[in-house]
Amino acid sequence: MLKNITMGQYYPVDSWVHRLDPRIKILLTVAMIVAVFLVQSIVGYALVLGFVYLTAYLAKVPFKMLMKGIKPLRFIIVLTFVLNLFFFTDGTPIIAWQFIRITDAGLTQAFHYSLRLIFLVIGTSLLTLTTSPIALSDGIERLFAPLKRFHFPAHELAMMMSIALRFIPTLMEEADKIMKAQMARGADFESGNLLARAKAMVPLLVPLFVSAFRRAGDLAMAMESRCYHGGDQRTRLRVLKLTVNDLYAALGVAGLIVLIVVEGILL
Amino acid sequence: MTDVRIEVQDASFTYDEAPEAAVKDVSLSVKPGEFVAVLGHNGSGKSTLAKLLNALYVPQSGRVLVCGMDTADEKELWNIRQQAGMIFQNPDNQIVATVVQEDVAFGLENIGVPQPEMMPRINAALQAVNMMDFAEHAPHMLSGGQKQRVAIAGILAMEPSVIIADEATAMLDPSGRKDVLDTIRTLNREKGITVVWITHFMEEAAQADRVVVASKGSIVLSGTPREVFSQVDTLRELHLDVPPMTALAHELASAGMPVSSSVMTVDEMTEEVLRLLCPSNSNI
Repeated sequence: MLKNITMGQYYPVDSWVHRLDPRIKILLTVAMIVAVFLVQSIVGYALVLGFVYLTAYLAKVPFKMLMKGIKPLRFIIVLTFVLNLFFFTDGTPIIAWQFIRITDAGLTQAFHYSLRLIFLVIGTSLLTLTTSPIALSDGIERLFAPLKRFHFPAHELAMMMSIALRFIPTLMEEADKIMKAQMARGADFESGNLLARAKAMVPLLVPLFVSAFRRAGDLAMAMESRCYHGGDQRTRLRVLKLTVNDLYAALGVAGLIVLIVVEGILL
Repeated sequence: MTDVRIEVQDASFTYDEAPEAAVKDVSLSVKPGEFVAVLGHNGSGKSTLAKLLNALYVPQSGRVLVCGMDTADEKELWNIRQQAGMIFQNPDNQIVATVVQEDVAFGLENIGVPQPEMMPRINAALQAVNMMDFAEHAPHMLSGGQKQRVAIAGILAMEPSVIIADEATAMLDPSGRKDVLDTIRTLNREKGITVVWITHFMEEAAQADRVVVASKGSIVLSGTPREVFSQVDTLRELHLDVPPMTALAHELASAGMPVSSSVMTVDEMTEEVLRLLCPSNSNI
């Protein structure tokens, strides 16, 4: 039951977007999110939507996959909309009935905030769908490498991330094994209310934690015996290289930002 | 000291807060190209001894020299660990990367091998342990024996002169155990890599050039497998088994039959029995 987990939400196909340098993809995602915050009008959002659609097409990622990312956040999005709608009281009232006051500015504000939230999720989903977790941690390590001068642990963070990724399936397997062992002895994980089920997890989590700590100790020793001594003077098997495609992608996002700004000034 | 790979001189090691030393005044020397098995029961100090050889632990008294370098010398630490690679018991807990070839690269990255040299070394190492077909696989999809062979490749890529295996087969199934031991034996024979093989399996120790028996932190017996296994009573006192045929020969000998106590395999036993039966055959 715990098998077949996919790591993160990576969508493993080979595409133009997948092959882009992870560093560029991270930076461009940030740029795109900033662009979304610059949008002033419905036309601007249409531009962003068009851009997202084009990227998803180039990445061979079904548009539906992108929408899936919004689902867990639908409650927060609706809440943002409702709160802005009812509590933003500047502007001309459209509806004023007893204590409820909805203004035109409030309505615009509500739309802005929830659309921004939606595009924020879609933008980051585009990144994680097209970049494997390992490439992502590689990219983060190299992007933050200049901050090492200020004692920012860029290498350590990336190493922790990749070790976590390495051990997720191992710990999943172990959890499955412990669960079956407990079930064979009459443990019940599936019935009862939320509290009862949470309590039933205790005999699963305790051995899992104990073994995770033991594994960590073993791994630390194995890494040390293989000459691991932090990120200094370390060479890398995989080298990230910028290609012409990365330039095109950057130009694409730059174009989007220019369009949004121009559109904001003109309209 | 070019004729000795590993030299342990009166080394002792006590864990923090432990009442007794885990390793007590142990001396041991291993020659280049030798395959030495360290045999012992749980708590015999054999794992601690292994960790002393890789500078994971430094002895509180005495010295440990690896290829002439003192493990207490911090300047040589990374050279020692590069020269004396170590494989551990749990195959899962020593693989760092999410792809086999990247795990093999881990040691190379640590010692700062230039990137263009890495791929040939990784491929050669994977070839040597017969795991080339799995270069792009995720480690958690491999069997225990395959994971151990990946771990061996990871060490091999660093071009060590000694491989220390700390109960590397203890968690494997019989076929995985055979695979791993065969791989190590081939490396020992063909590449001349010195091996220190720590185990509690008799039949594995029987394949070594030399067997060292550890008990309560000391070395109690040392010699060729034949010499060591013929000491049936001493081994039994240490709660260690002897190979079944050696045990049988011992039983026969103590029942008054003139059977050699150095018998180890079924074939040798057949020969012994035939030799005993032949005189009576000629009488008929």
